[in-house]
Amino acid sequence: MKKRAILSALALTSALALSACGGGDGNPLSGGGDGGHDGSQIIIGSADFTESQLIASIYSQALQGAGIQVKEQFNIGSREVYMAALKDGSIDLVPEYNGALLSYLDPKTTAATEDAVTSALKSKMPEGLSLLTASPAQDKDVVAVTQATADKYNLKTISDLKPHAGELVLGGPPEWKTRQQGVVGLRDVYGLNFKDFVTLDAGGTLTMTALTNGQIQAGDLFSTDPGLESNHLVALEDDKSLFAAENVVPVIKAAKENDKIRETLNAVSAKLTTEDLIKMNAEAATGTNLADIAKKWLANAGISGS
Amino acid sequence: MNIFGWFTDPTNWTSSDGIPTQIGYHLLYSGIALLVALAIGVPLGIVIGYTGRGEALVAGFANALRALPSLGLLVLLFLIISPVVSGNLVFVLPTIVVLVLLAVPPILTGTYAGIQNADPDAVGAARGMGFSKRQILLLVQLPCALPLMISGVRSSTLQIVSTATIAAYLGLQGLGRFILDGRAQADFAEMAGGAILVAALALLLEFGFAGLGRLIVSPGLRRVAAKSTSPVATTVPTTVTA
Repeated sequence: MKKRAILSALALTSALALSACGGGDGNPLSGGGDGGHDGSQIIIGSADFTESQLIASIYSQALQGAGIQVKEQFNIGSREVYMAALKDGSIDLVPEYNGALLSYLDPKTTAATEDAVTSALKSKMPEGLSLLTASPAQDKDVVAVTQATADKYNLKTISDLKPHAGELVLGGPPEWKTRQQGVVGLRDVYGLNFKDFVTLDAGGTLTMTALTNGQIQAGDLFSTDPGLESNHLVALEDDKSLFAAENVVPVIKAAKENDKIRETLNAVSAKLTTEDLIKMNAEAATGTNLADIAKKWLANAGISGS
Repeated sequence: MNIFGWFTDPTNWTSSDGIPTQIGYHLLYSGIALLVALAIGVPLGIVIGYTGRGEALVAGFANALRALPSLGLLVLLFLIISPVVSGNLVFVLPTIVVLVLLAVPPILTGTYAGIQNADPDAVGAARGMGFSKRQILLLVQLPCALPLMISGVRSSTLQIVSTATIAAYLGLQGLGRFILDGRAQADFAEMAGGAILVAALALLLEFGFAGLGRLIVSPGLRRVAAKSTSPVATTVPTTVTA
């Protein structure tokens, strides 16, 4: 597979470039094993979007509060990039979403419920990486409609859409056209044949704007989007579990794992809820410093921070 | 990545959103944008060329608009008009506006520069024969301007055809669909196929314009035409100052 080779080459170069940027602590090229850094220090990475950085910042401050030495290396990139960085030891810990991670490790997976995803994930974890306890907080795909549409057709679940789908236009990202967790699954699992599907973005501004202004009547958004509440949208319940659970879960290098780290991160996961993520995302959208938001959440949760 | 396989897969040709359909949509958006750009650029160019006024202001403004990043402008326009425009027009309108903004400046410059650079001897001869100003414009200056106008339209068309791929970003059809969907679905053959089709379409139109020039430009002007059209829009401002 040439494609995969190119991807991993890209991921490797970025990981190398990143560790080189970090500098200062050991040889960034020494990869593998216990990584190219001081054994006791935990390097925390994150994906290149706000929520991931926010959760990583919470992990970082909680670990510091527990007296563990950390180094923050946030905003690394997409899953392809930071998973490679995790494997080669340039980072040790990263916040993940269990469903997305599973479909990255096993693209053919059909697991959707939280239990199914967790057990499938456990068998698919790459060697040397371990999965801590998942949080109830989820950032998953939801099919959202406006409050007005929900009232008009009396919608609470995705199944409720069935008699009306023919009158509604659905909007979502291009990959939804061919994805099981998209138009295909909505048709096969729920029997929904929408009037039309408009290709927009993955829970971004385009979908949100088109939904609130009525160009589409149902759209793919994310469950932690603060816009759901502020725009009076209803996230329909996925009553047939089409969309995979996306619980926030810490992924750590097995060699770095110890009781103290596990207890600290488990305490964070236990307290973190989807509502918290919505609130924090809304705060982040106003430009508040992510570290400050994380600090506030830890204080409210009663976990000692840095 | 199997680009050849993508091109030879019959479903990519026969399905309702296959290659012929997307080429059709691509040409449709491009054609609409070009017509609108002609309707704006040609009359404005004639006025500027004929009166010699507003060149710095209008042409400068049009060229400045051209520098706006198309994709950013597309999303911005969508966000602005979305609350006031209903239905599919909300996706079509920003796309056409963005394409028109790109296409007007070359047409505009080509037109006024062509008129201003019409051979002074020909204009003087026409005046001596008793032509009115209007007759001079329609019968002498405009035909003399044709080579430059065509080169302007040609450069606009290439801009439009290559940029019309962004229509797909707002959920519309066109060859951009293959590029965007291919990327989203990690189908890189589809993505490359879309890009190749856009390039091929642009080349084809380029040849078309070369043929058009041969057909409608007066033979007496051809040698001048051959000289002035070779490097496309960039030469236009220089001819003005010369």
